[in-house]
Amino acid sequence: MQKQAVFQSKLLPFALVAPQLAIVLIFFYWPAAQAVLQSFLLQDAFGLSTSFVWFENYQDILSQPDYWAAIVRTFVFSFAIAFSSLSFALLLAVMADKPLRGGTLYRTLLIWPYAVAPPVVGVLWVFMLHPSLGILARGLRGMGIDWNPLLDGNQAALLIILAAAWKQISYNFLFFLAGLQSIPRSVFEAAAIDGARLMRRFWTVTFPLLSPTIFFLLVINIVYAFFDTFGIIDTMTRGGPAKATETMVYKVYVDGLLGGNLGSSAAQSVILMIMVIGLTAVQFRFVERKVTY
Amino acid sequence: MVEQEGIQRYVAHAILWIGIAIVAFPVYLAIVASTQENAVIANGQMSLLPGGHFLQTYYQTIFVGTSGSTREPVGTMLLNSLVMALLIAFGKIAISIISAYAIVYFRFPFRMAMFWLIFITLMLPVEVRIYPTYKTVADLHLLDSYAGLALPLIASATATLLFRQFFMTVPEELLEASRIDGAGPLRFFWDTLLPLSRTNMAALFVILFILGWNQYLWPLLITTRDDMQTIQIGIRKMITTTDALTEWPVVMATAVLAMLPPVLVVVVMQKLFVRGLVETEK
Repeated sequence: MQKQAVFQSKLLPFALVAPQLAIVLIFFYWPAAQAVLQSFLLQDAFGLSTSFVWFENYQDILSQPDYWAAIVRTFVFSFAIAFSSLSFALLLAVMADKPLRGGTLYRTLLIWPYAVAPPVVGVLWVFMLHPSLGILARGLRGMGIDWNPLLDGNQAALLIILAAAWKQISYNFLFFLAGLQSIPRSVFEAAAIDGARLMRRFWTVTFPLLSPTIFFLLVINIVYAFFDTFGIIDTMTRGGPAKATETMVYKVYVDGLLGGNLGSSAAQSVILMIMVIGLTAVQFRFVERKVTY
Repeated sequence: MVEQEGIQRYVAHAILWIGIAIVAFPVYLAIVASTQENAVIANGQMSLLPGGHFLQTYYQTIFVGTSGSTREPVGTMLLNSLVMALLIAFGKIAISIISAYAIVYFRFPFRMAMFWLIFITLMLPVEVRIYPTYKTVADLHLLDSYAGLALPLIASATATLLFRQFFMTVPEELLEASRIDGAGPLRFFWDTLLPLSRTNMAALFVILFILGWNQYLWPLLITTRDDMQTIQIGIRKMITTTDALTEWPVVMATAVLAMLPPVLVVVVMQKLFVRGLVETEK
């Protein structure tokens, strides 16, 4: 934690920590505390008086079927995004891990989407699959599919999941490739000499050895799906049609901004905070223990 | 056996190219669309080959903007995004490296308490405390300002932890040696530690620049003036109007311009990018 040889100074260390501490206190702790406080307050319709209502905002929000629907939806989105993006990225990483000509070129061509911002991802996918002018939508209609994500909630959800998974491929690919390259070659060779077939080798050797990477990425992807999909949803569907793509984070935004219901929005924020802290704690625990067999 | 290896290699090449095609197709489409006429695109008759309106569209996008109500040239938005991204990247690195230095190289009261205060910020992204943060920034009269855009996003611990980790690996002998030379704490920091941290700072800079450039929810809330919009906000406002009025070539040109700087950073500084990504796990 600390060096043996240290400087002795009374004021200097405080001066060095001060800028970061000030920013963290003003822009992190103060607002976070406000969120918690606000979640216990109720404002009257005219915003003239506020009263302390204990857990009323929480009871209120937790008794709304809408909110539960948003929670379920958020989890469904998260797992769908994580699963599809992780499996495709793993396939690509296993292929790129072979000694191929042009290996570094492949890597370059696969990692750049990391840098594309979520709202831009949203715009790109809207354009491709826009019911009246999208080039892929035209193809789908040609196949006899009635494609209209502007009206069909399930199609809108699928669109969000695909776009969000697309953006995350490069991140997952990079970490899988690093994970694969850290497995000693001799392990694969031993399995090959034992005569294990390709798929069998993958499931019995590669996959278990990759499990720490897979677990780490699973958590990262879920957190990504919780928060970073906001920009994708906001440019693609705005939570619609009929709230079919409204995630928990999007609901916090909509309820606070449009509904002006800050107490409820704050209660939702606190519930989200608890979930994220839970996820992070799980991540630390498992990363410490290194999930290997 | 050998023959099988050969086939496998072809399969690998094929799968990788399919992957690249899937990853690149939406972007290719955006580039192509930005060079075609709006009427053709709106009719659903878009061609998959580039059209002849490249210069015209990009000139209009950068210097004029859409012809609709939000007539803000994208050039201004690019500048705003650049300033915000640079402030976040430099600001975070600057305040983190000195606080990490204090925590590793000094002994002072509340040292661990301060470390934990900073560490805990890792847990909560800005999205979950968005409205109270908005109120704080409004109370400080920082709405529609670069400081308001950047400061709340600087308040996190990733960089501090990284520098702390790195400082722990710096050999103790370096400090002894510079002490014998009569160097004080600031001199040691400036002459010895900073030069050693150069690669770490560069890797961190690459990641923070991309994250800063791509911010969305926070700028969406705190910028109300059109001339303070970042490019990510501008692009959403362009497709707000009813579908028929959306100028797709301009929207797509904006999308291309919005991804160009961070994508270039990834491709050109690939080594630093990968290193930064693996270290920050962002």
